[in-house]
Amino acid sequence: MPADSSTTEPLVKARGLVFRRGDRAIFDGVDLDVSAGRVTAIMGPSGSGKTTLLRLIGGQLRPHAGSVRVEGQEVAALPRPGLYRLRRRMGMLFQSGALFTDLSVFDNVAFPIREHTGLPEPLVRDLVLLKLQAVGLRGARHLMPAELSGGMARRVALARAIALDPVLVMYDEPFTGQDPITMGVLVTLIRRLNDLLGLTSIVVSHDVHETMAIADYVYVLADGRVIAEGTPDELRDSSSEWVRQFLDARPDGPVPFHYPAPALEADLFDGGEGR
Amino acid sequence: MTDLVAALGQRTLLGLQGLGRAVVLVLRLLAAVPAALRRPRLIIEQVYAVGVLSMVIIVVSSLFVGMVLGLQGYYTLVDFGAAESVGTLVALSLVRELGPVVTALLFAGRAGSSLTAEVGLMKATEQLSSMEMMAVDPERRILAPRFIASFISVPLLAVVFSAVGVLGGYLVAVGMIGIDAGAFWSNMQSAVSVRDDILNGFIKSVVFGFVAGWIALHKGYEAEPTSQGVSRATTMGVVHASLAVLGLDFLLTALMFD
Repeated sequence: MPADSSTTEPLVKARGLVFRRGDRAIFDGVDLDVSAGRVTAIMGPSGSGKTTLLRLIGGQLRPHAGSVRVEGQEVAALPRPGLYRLRRRMGMLFQSGALFTDLSVFDNVAFPIREHTGLPEPLVRDLVLLKLQAVGLRGARHLMPAELSGGMARRVALARAIALDPVLVMYDEPFTGQDPITMGVLVTLIRRLNDLLGLTSIVVSHDVHETMAIADYVYVLADGRVIAEGTPDELRDSSSEWVRQFLDARPDGPVPFHYPAPALEADLFDGGEGR
Repeated sequence: MTDLVAALGQRTLLGLQGLGRAVVLVLRLLAAVPAALRRPRLIIEQVYAVGVLSMVIIVVSSLFVGMVLGLQGYYTLVDFGAAESVGTLVALSLVRELGPVVTALLFAGRAGSSLTAEVGLMKATEQLSSMEMMAVDPERRILAPRFIASFISVPLLAVVFSAVGVLGGYLVAVGMIGIDAGAFWSNMQSAVSVRDDILNGFIKSVVFGFVAGWIALHKGYEAEPTSQGVSRATTMGVVHASLAVLGLDFLLTALMFD
């Protein structure tokens, strides 16, 4: 069963989630809960649909079957205004950062505030500086996104994601391609912001150590299903072949090293057709 | 043979689907116009980007087009002893046809391609997605102001094109060839009708602005989110917009000047 043993309704609740791309089932009956105030990690190999899951929670995609509820509301059933109201309570950190390239760091963070609040500019300025202070980039506010390193861009995107004080923040592969120092900064930030601002965080990642270090509860996805779940300690003790291959980074196991192909001998000696 | 028919059918279906999505997009853009008009600053920024920044290419091209018209018009008319009518020829050619059409073609190449590439890249770099996740509708925030700006800019640029073109014709006919300036202007004035020529030409440019903006934004919004996809979308945007402008020009001319 999911982490939270208390009786409170989880912030995000997915039941029997089915999503396909063409004939391929990305999710084939996924159940998961994200408890309020926790850092929940979704792990799995590349292509296991982790990003798709975030898009389903954010209502950018609709499931083919099953349900995703956020704060008790069925996301796919919400009309556009309702969905937009819900999204104002969510922040999402895209893998690329997805900063607006024609706006400065300051204006990027100010963007959601200006779009949604109509606050006077001095107040917007104070809010933006506080958010940038939280990610340590108050001094970089005049820079343009092209002048930022990858790690800085992600921190700016994080400041923008929390600009409207969301309830839920979703991180899409926050550690990918970062140097160890930046990774450490991001790991600490995600945990600290979650606890200090009373957020709920969903971290989608395949960086095992970093993610396990900050997660309260972990789901491991593969082949369209949740194949393991539990606290990081429970997973570390797991004897499942699958979990072991993933956590210990073994090249071969339930996830085969080879892409499906005919036998090597057949390919080499009986072939001659095609390439 | 069956394969050929199947491939043809598939292409037709894909084309129709694309057209359907384009129509849905333009309806949504039109619905977003009132909301976008409430934020004039965004529209003004885009009018600057697609309109004002296109002025140089419009002014230079129209000057040369007008000068060529003046020369060619003179060479043809002088054989009939009607060299004084060169002003009429220059003005009617520009106001009825070349002004709206060449402006729209230049606009598609200069501003339309940049709109497609900009929107396509915003999509490829997830900027549009992130905007959606911030509960900001990209159609309203990004596409609608650009659409309105195209719609405003093309007719104004076409007016500039025609005016500068006439000046170019004047420079050649009067300044270089030595046709009487009074005859140049008075023949033009008596032959060009505000309603039949200038208004119809203006209506054409309004339609072209609508179509050029629509196609450019549709191609960018539908672009495959890869560098190759954005480059293909940009090319297709310019090609489709140019063909649509030329095709519509024939249709409008047939309807207007019967």
